[in-house]
Amino acid sequence: MTGSVAVVGASLAGLSAVRALRARGFHGTVTLIGDEPDLPYERPALSKEFLHTGEPTGLLEDHSETARLDAQWLLGRRAIGLTPGMGRPIEQEGEAAPHAEPHLIHLDDGRTVSADTLILATGARPRRLPGVPGAHYLRNLDDARRLRETLYETKQLVIIGAGFIGAEVASSARGLGVDVTLVDSAPIPSAAALGETIAAACADLHARNGVRLLTGTRIESVRPDAVHLIGGARLAADTIVIGIGATPNIEWAGDRNPLLHNADGFETDTQGRTAIPGIYAIGDCARVHDPISGRDTRSEHWNAAITQAQTVAAAITGTPPPARTAPYFWSHQYGKLLQLAGDPTAATDLRIIDGALDGESFTARYEHNGTPVAVCALDNPRLFTRQRKQLDRDLTSAH
Amino acid sequence: MAASIPSLTLLVGKLGELPVGAVVTVNPTGLAPISVFHTEEGLFAIDDTCTHQDASLADGWVEGCTVECPLHESCFDLRTGAASGPPAKRAVRTHRVEVRGDDIVLTPSTDS
Ligand SMILES: Cc1cc2nc3c(=O)[nH]c(=O)nc-3n(C[C@H](O)[C@H](O)[C@H](O)COP(=O)(O)OP(=O)(O)OC[C@H]3O[C@@H](n4cnc5c(N)ncnc54)[C@H](O)[C@@H]3O)c2cc1C
Ligand code: FES
Repeated sequence: MTGSVAVVGASLAGLSAVRALRARGFHGTVTLIGDEPDLPYERPALSKEFLHTGEPTGLLEDHSETARLDAQWLLGRRAIGLTPGMGRPIEQEGEAAPHAEPHLIHLDDGRTVSADTLILATGARPRRLPGVPGAHYLRNLDDARRLRETLYETKQLVIIGAGFIGAEVASSARGLGVDVTLVDSAPIPSAAALGETIAAACADLHARNGVRLLTGTRIESVRPDAVHLIGGARLAADTIVIGIGATPNIEWAGDRNPLLHNADGFETDTQGRTAIPGIYAIGDCARVHDPISGRDTRSEHWNAAITQAQTVAAAITGTPPPARTAPYFWSHQYGKLLQLAGDPTAATDLRIIDGALDGESFTARYEHNGTPVAVCALDNPRLFTRQRKQLDRDLTSAH
Repeated sequence: MAASIPSLTLLVGKLGELPVGAVVTVNPTGLAPISVFHTEEGLFAIDDTCTHQDASLADGWVEGCTVECPLHESCFDLRTGAASGPPAKRAVRTHRVEVRGDDIVLTPSTDS
């Protein structure tokens, strides 16, 4: 198979797409465009071991993989615009492609990259809290380096937002002996992702590890040395971290392509296709339509980036798509492994199948009228994996 | 397979106690933990710790001759230790395991 593919965003989703394209026999030209200067690295580590070790971990295997992928890397360059062409399918062996205009990607160095097929994989950026100069956000290696330096001199850390990033930073900072307070406006942080019962059990981990968690709080103002809450409380802080969610990086593609996106991600069908032929979107920047639930969801997890990359590579090369699997993510907090697979929001009941919610480990199954729809475990990867594989099998046999 | 120090062998347990589908992890002194898998294809022994991060492969998912890491799903070939793909970048070490009578005997390999 030949032709040309340009991938915008050279991180987990983009790299995975290139790997999957090559694995599926695509021999054409591949260009990877990324605005970070570094080769792709493990982002999840930035809120975890990186804050202790200071060592970034690369995603690429080694030079032999770089050679095998045979991609042109345009790093440290940002895409600032997209002009859609007609697009054309990848040429199968011996088959002449129909004449078509390529799509164009405009870069901030004035260059233009043209390709038959585009994969948009520009990820997301932290949502900002206005009026808090000097606060830390955590998304990339630079952010993590800055935060790490600061943490070594921090006595009192206040983290605004107790989602996964906030919780992981709290845990890592605690491990460095920092006094940590987490504040969240929700009564139970992460309830949307985990369901209330499990979210409450996870929230307990903070107190059990000496981190103060203040929930249902509203912030009145943030000063360089303190966070003031509505109602008068003042939380002294020499460092403030904000983790209140992420916004997809889509604006760069311009508003000339209204079909390409809404405000929360490049919209795609189940196969990662946008409304423009030959343009696909994957990873944190993609909002994927699920015909079964009828919902459009933007996943912000490692696993989704990889499976979406494989799905899109299958669509582009006309090879069989990967089997459908339940959504999956993990988090590490206070030396414990939290794993979740499936869709807890579809559940009517929760069944504890191992351990105890207030214990050292647990495994819980979410059910919809008796049918398993999700599974969550704290420190029980073996039982979790078995339950997750069952969810995957159920999905495969249902379609 | 690479050579191993012939003198060091370990009794893992009785074959009767490790049915097909089961796995047992041993912690030989001075060595990393080793897991012995009893699969349809026979017994296999590999280093228990995933080469990507700190996950126990004994907790993983075995299918045929591969085990999938329970954390980020890299697969390892139980026969060769080779990683099928990312995020793991390196193979896990394999070890010799055999049945003598009803005993499962492990000969840890010490080369890297
Ligand atoms: C601190 C942290 C911890 C995490 N921990 C976990 C975890 O424990 N478990 C889990 O499942 N998930 C975790 N995640 C989520 C996971 O890392 C993401 O889902 C994953 O990185 C998404 O990959 P992506 O390639 O879509 O986006 P990204 O990794 O964000 O990559 C997008 C890339 O595109 C670049 N880019 C953006 N705009 C442009 C442009 N205009 N031109 C060129 N390049 C551009 C960006 O700089 C970036 O390099 C974590 C994320 C973070 C930030
Ligand atoms: S720890 Fe095994 S694949 Fe990541």
